[in-house]
Amino acid sequence: MESAEQVAKDAERREIRDRWLLSAPALIIIFLAATGPLLIVVVYSFLTPGPYGDVVWKFSTDGWLSVLMQRDIFDDTLAFADAHLSIFWRSAKLSFMTTILTLLFGFPTAYFIATRPARQRDIWLFLITIPFWTNLLIRTFAIQEVIRNEGIANTVLIKLGIISQPIQMMFTDFALMVGMTYVYLPLMVLPLYASMEKIDFRLVEAGYDLYANRFQVLRRVIIPLVKPGIIAGSILVFIPALGAYVTPRVLGGSKNMMLGNLIELQFGQGRNWPLGSALSLSLMAIVMVALLLYVRAVGRRGGAHG
Amino acid sequence: MASRFDIRRQTGFTTIAMICFFALYLPIVTLVVYAFNSGNSIAVWEGVSLRWFYQAWNNNQVVDAAIRSLQIALVAATVATIVATMAALATTRTKPYPGLGFKYAFINQPLMVPEIVTAVALLIFFSRIKIWTGYSGLGYLMAAHTAFCIPFAYLPIRARLESMDLSLETAAADLYATPWKAFRRVTFPLLWPGILAGLMLAFVISLDDVVITEFVKSGGQDTLPTYMLGQFRRFITPEINAISTVFLLISILIVTVFFFISRKKDHE
Repeated sequence: MESAEQVAKDAERREIRDRWLLSAPALIIIFLAATGPLLIVVVYSFLTPGPYGDVVWKFSTDGWLSVLMQRDIFDDTLAFADAHLSIFWRSAKLSFMTTILTLLFGFPTAYFIATRPARQRDIWLFLITIPFWTNLLIRTFAIQEVIRNEGIANTVLIKLGIISQPIQMMFTDFALMVGMTYVYLPLMVLPLYASMEKIDFRLVEAGYDLYANRFQVLRRVIIPLVKPGIIAGSILVFIPALGAYVTPRVLGGSKNMMLGNLIELQFGQGRNWPLGSALSLSLMAIVMVALLLYVRAVGRRGGAHG
Repeated sequence: MASRFDIRRQTGFTTIAMICFFALYLPIVTLVVYAFNSGNSIAVWEGVSLRWFYQAWNNNQVVDAAIRSLQIALVAATVATIVATMAALATTRTKPYPGLGFKYAFINQPLMVPEIVTAVALLIFFSRIKIWTGYSGLGYLMAAHTAFCIPFAYLPIRARLESMDLSLETAAADLYATPWKAFRRVTFPLLWPGILAGLMLAFVISLDDVVITEFVKSGGQDTLPTYMLGQFRRFITPEINAISTVFLLISILIVTVFFFISRKKDHE
C-alpha cells in the first residue's frame, strides 16, 4: 500500500508536470522566434561573408576582428577601425547623455506627480502614459517637425529676432540627443514615480526638524529613498538608447550613425553578415553587463536593508 | 504664519514638470495640426482641409499596409495572450518548483535583448527557412510579433493572478468542480481584466513595431510603421501627418481603455 507521503509526492510531481505543459506553448514560441535565432547569430559571427550577402560556410574570425580592427588591404597589417570606434563612442556618449537629461527633466516631473493629491495623480500619470504607448516612429517624426530648419523652433527664434538664419539641428548629434531624450522621457518618469509614490514624508519632515534646508532634504533624504527608481529608470533609458535604430535613422545623417545603424548597414549595403552578427553580439554583451550591474546594485540595497 | 510650510515642495520642480508636459505634447500637437493643412507643406500653414486624410484613404499602399498591420497585430496579440495566460497560470500561486526561475527569465527574454539584435537574428533565421521551404508569407511576421508580445501580455495577467484570492478556487474544487470548470466559472471571470489588459498591450506593441518588422518583412510586406519609415527619406507631405494622426488616435483609444482597466484593479 502506498503511504500518504508517497501519494502527496506523486501529486506534487504531477502538478509540476502540468505546470510545464501549461507554459510550454509560450516557451516554445519564444524559443523559435526570439531566443533560438540568437544562437544562430553566434554561429554566423564565425563564418565568411558571401559575395551577395548571407554567408559562406567557412570558419573565420574576421567578423569579430573587424568589430574593432581593420586589415590594411596592401600590407595586411592590423589597425584600429576608427570608423567603428567612433560609432561605439558616439552610441555610448549619446546614450549616457540621454540618460542624464531624462533624469534631470524626469526627476522633477515624477516628483511633481507624486506630490499631487491622489485624485489628480491619475490624470498626470495618464498624460505621461500616452506618449509612452504611442508609436516611437510617430514621436520621432513629431520632434523632427519641431527641430527641422523650417520647423517651429527655428521659426519662433527667427520671429523673435534671436537668430536671422535657421540653425541646422537636423542630422547632428544634437538632434539625436534631443530626439532620444524626448522619446525616452516617459521611460524615466514612470519608474521614478513608482518609487516616489512610496516616500514616507515623515522622514522629510524629520529632515526639516533637524534644520535641513530644501536642497539638503532633497539630497540627503529624497534622493536616497528613490535610488531604486533612479537606477531602474536609467537602465530603462540607457539600454534602448544604446541599441536605438529608428531615432538616428530619422533624425541623423550618414555621419551620425549609431550602433543600430552600423549593424543594419552590414546586412544591407555592407554585405558583411558575420561582422553584423559580431556587432550585434557586442551590443548584447554591453547590455548584459549593464543589466548585471543593475541587478548587483539592487541586490546590494536589498541586503543592506535586510 | 501666513501660509503653512509645505514640506513636499521643492523649488523649481513644478516649473520643470510643466516644461516637460509642454515639451511632450507640443510636437504631437503640431503633427496633428499640420495633418489638417490644405497646403503641401508640413511647416507652412495654408488653411484647414481634410484633403490629406482623403489622399491617405485613397492611397492603396497605405490602406494595404494598414490592413497588414491590423492582421498581424490581431493574430500576434491573440496568440500571445492565450499562451501568456497559460504561462501565467503555470508560474503563479505556487511554491517555488524546479525551473520556475528559468521560466520567468525565458518569458521575459525578449525584453532584455535590444530589439535590433533580435531583428538581425530573425533576419538570418527566417531567410534560411525561406530558402528551405519557399514560403514567404506573413507567417514570419506573425511569429516574430507573437514572440515579442508574449512578455507584454504576460505581465498584467500575472500581476492580476497574484492579487487574486485563492479561496474561491479552493471552494470550487471542494464542491467537486473539475479543474476546467473551476477555471471557466471562477478563475476566468476574475482574471479577465488582466487578460484584456494583456491583449491590448500586446496589440499596441505589435501595431507599433518598426525594427523587427523592417528586418523580417519580405518585399511588398510593409506594415504602416515601415511604410512611414520608408517615406521619411522622400519629400514629406502632410499625408504622413494624416496617417500618424489616425494611428495616434487608435493608440490613445486603446491606452485609455487599458489605463482605466488597470486603475480599477488598484482601487478595488
